[in-house]
Amino acid sequence: MKLIKYLIPGILFGIVMTKSEAISWFRIQEMFRFESIHMYGIIGTAVILGAILVAILKKTGAKTMYGDFMKFTPKPNQIKANLIGGTVFGLGWALTGACPGPMFTLIGHGVLSMFLVIASAVLGAFVYGLLRPRLPH
Amino acid sequence: MIDFISQPWHWAVSGVMIVFVMFILHWFGNRFGVSSNLNTICAMGGAGKNIEYFNFDWKEKRWNLVFIFGAIIGGYIAINFLASPEPVQISEATRAHFESLGVHTPRTLSEGNGYVPAEIFATANIFSLKNLIMLVLGGFLVGFGARYAGGCTSGHAISGLSNLQLPSLISVIGFFIGGLFMAWIVLPQILTL
Repeated sequence: MKLIKYLIPGILFGIVMTKSEAISWFRIQEMFRFESIHMYGIIGTAVILGAILVAILKKTGAKTMYGDFMKFTPKPNQIKANLIGGTVFGLGWALTGACPGPMFTLIGHGVLSMFLVIASAVLGAFVYGLLRPRLPH
Repeated sequence: MIDFISQPWHWAVSGVMIVFVMFILHWFGNRFGVSSNLNTICAMGGAGKNIEYFNFDWKEKRWNLVFIFGAIIGGYIAINFLASPEPVQISEATRAHFESLGVHTPRTLSEGNGYVPAEIFATANIFSLKNLIMLVLGGFLVGFGARYAGGCTSGHAISGLSNLQLPSLISVIGFFIGGLFMAWIVLPQILTL
């Protein structure tokens, strides 16, 4: 149960990604070409609502189902890594039209070429780990 | 009910549902971040033996693998049982741009559902130079960049910005620098290879 229950938010996430069309290659292109409000609406709504929710959860000391405080870990301050890594990520996002969540969801759609994309993404993460000591952070 | 869910969702509904997914993960005692799984897969494969970055107990991250396995199932359910009655309503400007570059944008379901262009992603088409660049290089850049930046759309753009994290804002600015450069300058060149 401890692990299996993660299928529930996972399945929901796959449905949301599909019905929101956030996994559409064309939607991502529209976003970067500023030709539709769709993706900005999704991310904007999620961030505004998410910020309100996280603020409330922190302020009220919300607990997990196990009774511990919910974790909201700060992201490490690595300006160069954020900017350079983010830019590299953006280059890939506009090519594949898919960030990691959608890559997996599209497997469920039967887009089997996504296996190749995911394998390449794993290789990319591996090469980052390999080069990490030599990269600016 | 099924018909109601099967319509394409308004972006505001989608945004709310993403936050709901994030909330469930926090209620379970974890967090929302898909690209960490790439590290977990590397660690499972034994990359931690020689590379410090992957030297962590991947078994503690299994929950996230279950989560993305769920996302695959969710994608299967949504496309098979909750499919929209029409393809993705791509904007006319985007249609005109890609049609001029030889990428067809479906208007009816018989032409496609508008999720991924068949010219690039259909299994029969992946072994062309153009498509291998898009899939292999694209995937590589996503994986490398996400881990370098410390997160992807879920970890930085949604969770990080919701938690008012400056590193996440800088990363998202990076996502757009790279994405705009690719979409406006490089992609048209690749598509006409």
